[in-house]
Amino acid sequence: MKKEEVPQDPSVLDKFTKEVCYAVDEKGEYTTTLSRGWQVKADALGITWQDVEARVEEARQQIKNGARSPIAYFMEVNMMDLAMVSAYTGFWQWTIKRHLKPDVFKNLSDKKLQKYADAFQISLQELKNF
Amino acid sequence: MKIPFEHIQSAHCENGVTTNLLRHAGITQINEPLAFGIGAGIFYIHLPFLKINNGPAVSFRTMPGQIFSRTCHALGVRVSRQKFSSKEKAQAALDACLAANQPVGCQVGVYYLTYFPVEYRFHFNAHNLVVYGKEGDQYLISDPVMETVTTLSSADLQRVRFTQGALAPKGQLYYPKQVAAVSDECIAKAIAKGIKHAAWFMTETPVPILGVNGIKYTARKIKRWRDELGYRRAGAYLAQFVRMQEEIGTGGAGFRFVYAAFLQQAHAYVHKDELPEISKQFTAIGDAWRASSVQASGIYKGRWTEQKDFDTMGDMLLEIAEMEKKAFKNLLKIKW
Repeated sequence: MKKEEVPQDPSVLDKFTKEVCYAVDEKGEYTTTLSRGWQVKADALGITWQDVEARVEEARQQIKNGARSPIAYFMEVNMMDLAMVSAYTGFWQWTIKRHLKPDVFKNLSDKKLQKYADAFQISLQELKNF
Repeated sequence: MKIPFEHIQSAHCENGVTTNLLRHAGITQINEPLAFGIGAGIFYIHLPFLKINNGPAVSFRTMPGQIFSRTCHALGVRVSRQKFSSKEKAQAALDACLAANQPVGCQVGVYYLTYFPVEYRFHFNAHNLVVYGKEGDQYLISDPVMETVTTLSSADLQRVRFTQGALAPKGQLYYPKQVAAVSDECIAKAIAKGIKHAAWFMTETPVPILGVNGIKYTARKIKRWRDELGYRRAGAYLAQFVRMQEEIGTGGAGFRFVYAAFLQQAHAYVHKDELPEISKQFTAIGDAWRASSVQASGIYKGRWTEQKDFDTMGDMLLEIAEMEKKAFKNLLKIKW
């Protein structure tokens, strides 16, 4: 990539930083230059977030229909899988799978719910009154 | 307390941390391309059974920590590296280092990193930064992918040092200790070692998911994605692939350019006349990776939706694999 070809597209980085890019100058020597961003990357990031939002929406619907407990929603919002929730809460994965059932969730003690609330960085009330 | 520390921005976090820590220790010849090349950071792997953020798991970088370890080892620098089971001990060890005027490299998770844009915060646990001081409750942070230095409160730093999930950092700290002066011959030797290691790894490992073979593996997979997953998911997979390929902290094309820069600089130390030519090959490879990203973006933006577009994408990667194979074989042929 030549120095003048380094993309300078507006991106979410604008308010935070610029990226260092290695590129070739007129003499064929490598040099560094700063880039604002690249549309191709910004689009890829956008698609990934759309994907996350779709999964969050799906979880919201499932909870509405009584198919899953609010834990499912916060898992999707935080992009956590079972292994990660297990690592943060200390519960076994199969225990978490049980807690994802609304009937089981209903009867969970505050102490257990607090572990989930801590993992998702929300208050106990937010988790209970979804 | 604030340790005088020079913050140099870099393209990749671990290169930057390695460079800045070694420069602080008095090895002034080192810069990002040299650290990346000596540490043999160039890499490719496609993990077939693993999913990251519900997409394919590919990596263009070596295991976290290896660039630092290999570079230090090759330069004869002893390294101190610690992991912790308790958060309190982790903080005490950090404070002790700072009190001894030693800036410290930390492996952290990105998801809770407060100074990053929200859009970039995924569960990625192999980010690196340097802590170079503490004022009140604020730790002074030199994050090499940021333009300027920044700060984190002790609670925030604690959280990112103990994120969970794949590659959990476990409060990991590392820094060079016992640094002797490094001569140019020593650097030349380290360069030869780094080149041999990377070239061997990319072409000679008989594993279908590693190195050049791994790129071919991905290429063949991509051609099947549309049938197996449907157009929409296949597009999302490609978007994920491009993020791995171009994003901050990873960057496949970016790494090829850094490697090309490394070979150019290496020429000044080892005087092998093949190097400038091979450096140009890597520039061409980097450009080819970027062209493949543009092709992929056409697909995930919905402009191209046919099977032949996926085939084109796969063929581009196959061609890149061939180009890389040739370039690395050329490196292997050099007589040291």
